[in-house]
Amino acid sequence: MYRYDEFDAAFVADRVAQFRFQVERRLKGELTEDQFKPFRLMNGLYLQLHAYMLRIAIPYGTLAARQLRKLAHIARKYDKGYGHFTTRTNLQFNWIKLKDVPDILAELASVEMHCLQTSGNCVRNVTADHFAGATDEEIEDPRPLAEIIRQWSSLHPEFTFLARKFKIAVGATPHDRAALKWHDLAVEIVKNEEGRVGYKVIAGGGMGRTPYLAQVMSEWVEREDILAYLEAVLRVYNQDSRRDNIHKQRLKILVNAIGPEEMRARVAREFEEIKRLGTLQLPAEELERIRAYFAPPRFETLADDMPVGDEDFEAWKKTNLHRHRAPGYAIATISLKAIGAVPGDCTAEQMEAIADLADEFSIPEIRVSHEQNLVLPHVRQRDLPAIHARLKELGLATANAGLVTDIIACPGLDYCDLANARSIPIAQKIAERFADLDRQHDIGELKIKISGCINACGHHHAGHIGILGVDKKGVEFYQLQLGGSGAEDAAIGEIMGPGFGEHEITGAVERVIEAYLKLRAPGERFLDTYRRVGMEPFKNMAYLEQLYAAH
Amino acid sequence: MAAPASQMLTANRLLDGAVVYWRAGGWVEAFEDGEVLTGEAEAKAALDAAKAFVAGNVVVNPYLFEVHADGVWPVKEREIVRAAGPTVRRDLGKQAGRGAQKSEVRSQKSEDLHAKNGLDDYKI
Repeated sequence: MYRYDEFDAAFVADRVAQFRFQVERRLKGELTEDQFKPFRLMNGLYLQLHAYMLRIAIPYGTLAARQLRKLAHIARKYDKGYGHFTTRTNLQFNWIKLKDVPDILAELASVEMHCLQTSGNCVRNVTADHFAGATDEEIEDPRPLAEIIRQWSSLHPEFTFLARKFKIAVGATPHDRAALKWHDLAVEIVKNEEGRVGYKVIAGGGMGRTPYLAQVMSEWVEREDILAYLEAVLRVYNQDSRRDNIHKQRLKILVNAIGPEEMRARVAREFEEIKRLGTLQLPAEELERIRAYFAPPRFETLADDMPVGDEDFEAWKKTNLHRHRAPGYAIATISLKAIGAVPGDCTAEQMEAIADLADEFSIPEIRVSHEQNLVLPHVRQRDLPAIHARLKELGLATANAGLVTDIIACPGLDYCDLANARSIPIAQKIAERFADLDRQHDIGELKIKISGCINACGHHHAGHIGILGVDKKGVEFYQLQLGGSGAEDAAIGEIMGPGFGEHEITGAVERVIEAYLKLRAPGERFLDTYRRVGMEPFKNMAYLEQLYAAH
Repeated sequence: MAAPASQMLTANRLLDGAVVYWRAGGWVEAFEDGEVLTGEAEAKAALDAAKAFVAGNVVVNPYLFEVHADGVWPVKEREIVRAAGPTVRRDLGKQAGRGAQKSEVRSQKSEDLHAKNGLDDYKI
């Protein structure tokens, strides 16, 4: 993985010192809250319902074991012993004190971590496939490019005061695990007919109040031109976006207002201008230099020989393992969705234990997925029983990756200042309702995503079943959406109808799933059946209780 | 629109972000120790007085919120959560150490509201 050079280390150390001074001035009253707020947001520090929340950047979801240990230490020393992994593969601490933040940032800097640009109107964390570098499906590891984009976008002088946040993802596989089409800007690593590698660029995706899927900006950008092209997109956005209405300031609004064709034309003009000036090229040597940091580990020469174990181990293998590019290896997903647990939460003890596992059994690297799970990317198949046994002791061996209880949920009204309703208890209730593993396997792949407000941090628009919490006359209500997807077949979920109360939503979800089980053709996932039969049958089933009551 | 009869004043402490409540010209941590402000004039006076604490860098973002007439509990769920702590971690926040009593009250309130609203809200 990328290691800071002297420039990076000095840069981050400088920012820590700068923020320390800003906090000092704030506490003395030399800065008002209005003056201070942009500074604290640029360092990932929010004021939430109970305390300050600090969002730590985990670039493209990649963590070294020592970094995960440091996060555990911070959780213990400065917070309440746990952290929350987010849908943008960052980590959030919920109980932070402002006076501690400079020390926390210094501790993070000591392991090459920071909180820069995890908030504010700037380019945010660059995300990628959480199986990058381990899967055999990719054209190449997307992370070197993600790292280059990260460096390019960090404190970029032109793009520090954008109209709104800006999210970038990089993909390299036909099966999209990074939700590219839901991003403001995404780069897909592709091959042309000659077999050369280049980039397809899409832009204008986003969730929130007005969900949109990204549109193609260019089918082919040469490697050395990619930064110039991305710069062109950002420049068009920066110049032409609205700044009069906070709900209309994302790139998706611009792309859909002027149309993708016009957007492409504006980007092309800007791109030609930047190329003509010759100021922003990505030299092949630079790409190689960064790529060297992501050189694949030396894998042993092994043969595929998957161990067999007890019922629990076999169940875990079925859902939580993915094929690795090296024979005899596997990619292991650590579910942070134990039945009844808070999705995405991880205690300090669990973090340390996972770091130990990575050290002992894997290349000491851990990945965070946008589905709020962790991944050990390179484990030998023969070590899987021992790993599973340790995970089981930690309560981290839930065999539900991709199943109905592998639910994404934002922090919601339990933590978040913006929320209208609680999301975590709904996730817990649904998980408990479907706890039986045989039932989960019968249902198959089903991605439920829950947001506590329209900002959609729980990605409900991309859920096969999406749930949006709303406030209806002071009471929590939950709206159902069906048919969303965050994969290469990206789709925006369709709203079903009136919402359900807190005590009704679990039943409604269960009836929707029962409708699927009744209607499905052989081999169909929930999403496939929905696409075949439409909303009507699901809607009728969901509101069945109300129908009976009315009659 | 007439101001609600009972309100309280809350803010976050600058230093640590902790939720605090107005009481007799200062701030307390526990909701139940906070002062119930009756009538618009009293509420406005408290909010004005609180501004000095903003200027003095003690708190940020003071605001008024509704409580039930007996002052026992906030009207809005957001303030219930702020007063107690996350409903999914009863061992954390202000509720830790004083049991889950308040959270049970909130669940009961939700039940009452659902029973009151009935099924008339669903139109198919």
